[in-house]
Amino acid sequence: MQVFLQVAVAGVLKGGLYALIGIGMTLIMGVMGIINLAHGQLMMVSMYVSYVLFSSLGIDPYLTLLVSMPALFLLGVVIQKFLLNPLMKAETILPENQVLMTVGIAMVLTEIIRFIFKSDYRSVTTSYSNATFFVGGISFSMALVIAFFIALAFTGAMFLFLVKTDLGRSIRATAQDKDAAVLMGVNTGRITVITFGLGAGLVAAAGTLLAPVFYIFPDIGGPFTAKAFIITILGGLGSTVGAIFGGVTLGLAESLGATYLGMDYENIIGMTIFVLVLLFLPGGFKRLTKV
Amino acid sequence: MKKSLPPLVLLVVLVLFPLVVRDNYYQHLMILFLMWVVIGSGWNLIAGYTGQVSFGDAAFFGTGAYAAGLLSMHLGISAWWGMALGGFAAVAIGLPFGWICFRMRGAYFALATLALNEVMRNAATIAEGFTGGMVGILLMPTFVSKIPYYYIALALAAASIACVRIIASAKLGYYFVSIREDQDAAESLGIDTHFYKMVSLAFAAFWTGMAGTLYMNYMGFIDPSVVFSLHDISIMAILVGIVGGVGTVYGPAVGAFVMIAVQEFFRSGFFGFFQGLGDMTGISAFLSLSGLLKQGHVLGFGILVIVVILFLPNGIVGDWEKIRRKVFRLRPTGEGA
Repeated sequence: MQVFLQVAVAGVLKGGLYALIGIGMTLIMGVMGIINLAHGQLMMVSMYVSYVLFSSLGIDPYLTLLVSMPALFLLGVVIQKFLLNPLMKAETILPENQVLMTVGIAMVLTEIIRFIFKSDYRSVTTSYSNATFFVGGISFSMALVIAFFIALAFTGAMFLFLVKTDLGRSIRATAQDKDAAVLMGVNTGRITVITFGLGAGLVAAAGTLLAPVFYIFPDIGGPFTAKAFIITILGGLGSTVGAIFGGVTLGLAESLGATYLGMDYENIIGMTIFVLVLLFLPGGFKRLTKV
Repeated sequence: MKKSLPPLVLLVVLVLFPLVVRDNYYQHLMILFLMWVVIGSGWNLIAGYTGQVSFGDAAFFGTGAYAAGLLSMHLGISAWWGMALGGFAAVAIGLPFGWICFRMRGAYFALATLALNEVMRNAATIAEGFTGGMVGILLMPTFVSKIPYYYIALALAAASIACVRIIASAKLGYYFVSIREDQDAAESLGIDTHFYKMVSLAFAAFWTGMAGTLYMNYMGFIDPSVVFSLHDISIMAILVGIVGGVGTVYGPAVGAFVMIAVQEFFRSGFFGFFQGLGDMTGISAFLSLSGLLKQGHVLGFGILVIVVILFLPNGIVGDWEKIRRKVFRLRPTGEGA
């Protein structure tokens, strides 16, 4: 029982960060209707931003959020404006051209980072990276707990933004029905640019928060892209609440699977859940909760 | 007749190629090129013609390769028997997958294929007792010379292109295209879209699996991270397809040629050009440029994808008229001077 609780706690903490990754992805998917296969790579870039600031200037990784999020927001804006939006007008045989484009962007991001930093493993080691504290015999990783609560705060802020502000309403309107949104006077071109920027900014937050926990290397992006779309599918496309549930579910499933089945199975579990959800619950948790 | 003349001339050139060019390196490149023609043709059938973009071609490629490798490992018979079995093994993986996953459309299906890719790789890694796990399978190559492999690859490539060509001009091809253009309309015209998507996937899996068995026999070594690689196989297959031109018979051949050329261009540092220039002139800048090029072949791929999608969304073959107009400043054929 002790082991189970310990594993569950670790899973939920990790799940909080997964949720942050998933929300960015689900926003982009909801508004643009494309799968952003460069999502994990954007996160990787933000990890390197934090790493550079930490190693050269000695800035605390959590403070680098103030740099990495705006930087990645801008990167996202540039990608959407100059690489993805022009494809909307082009006449092509395959509608998936935008998705293929994000694959190209992912490759370019990874390789540029590899060019600059080589493939070496880097780490952001702070005084609290390996610190733990105990509650009722269960150990909590300090870095993950801090990250979890910051992630919760961002998730809450994002939720309020989408529900309460004009811009948030425009984003949701564009996601629901693009043509109707245009008729209501929403500049959907601008909304897509802002949305991609927001998605990139959110995943940047996740990257910076994870920087003290994980080793940083150029290829770390790929697995996180995979996780991001598993979360999105789990939660239901375009659903923020769903992404939170999806993130926590994936975090839990990975921890439990790694403990009770073996480390080898950690990756397969995500993929299996993904296929099962696609088959038996297409639409994800969104279908159950109707949020 | 006029239209089939250039491919026939090309085929003759390719048949004569190893007799003229004796260099092992170029023969090796040509074998890789021909292998990618086979994979590209398979991808083109399912994605280009039927419109079901697959991100998981490596699942079929790896299945083919492992079918051949496991035959020789467990039964002790030649891996060439895999040629008879590999394609069908890939179909055997593809059909149940397709039966389940073709209920999903567009991007969802693409993601499911990606998942298949990952599941297959992890499964091959975990099942150590059966597949050898990360240790992989090592075979002694049958031939020392590359020429037999070359002709086998050429035969496969020619057969795959012929297969695509026959399908494209048959009723089946029109069914595929109608599914790509509008699945609901196709359904309402009485086309069993689920069935025909499976047919298309079966062909694609078969050819990709055949390429896998060729790889096993030619390279003599496979492990899960090589043959089930997302980047080196699945994404490369997509690149071959879109660079050449989706939904065209000869697109994959052009795409495979360009991709192999670009890959080697970077990997060898402009075929050793800058290296030689640096050695000759003694300027170290050329040497470092050569080093940078060698590192940057994936970066080159990425940039190529972005450029092609932005400017030639239908690939080199698909947008050939556009290239002729823009680059050569020629008028489209048939309009007259």
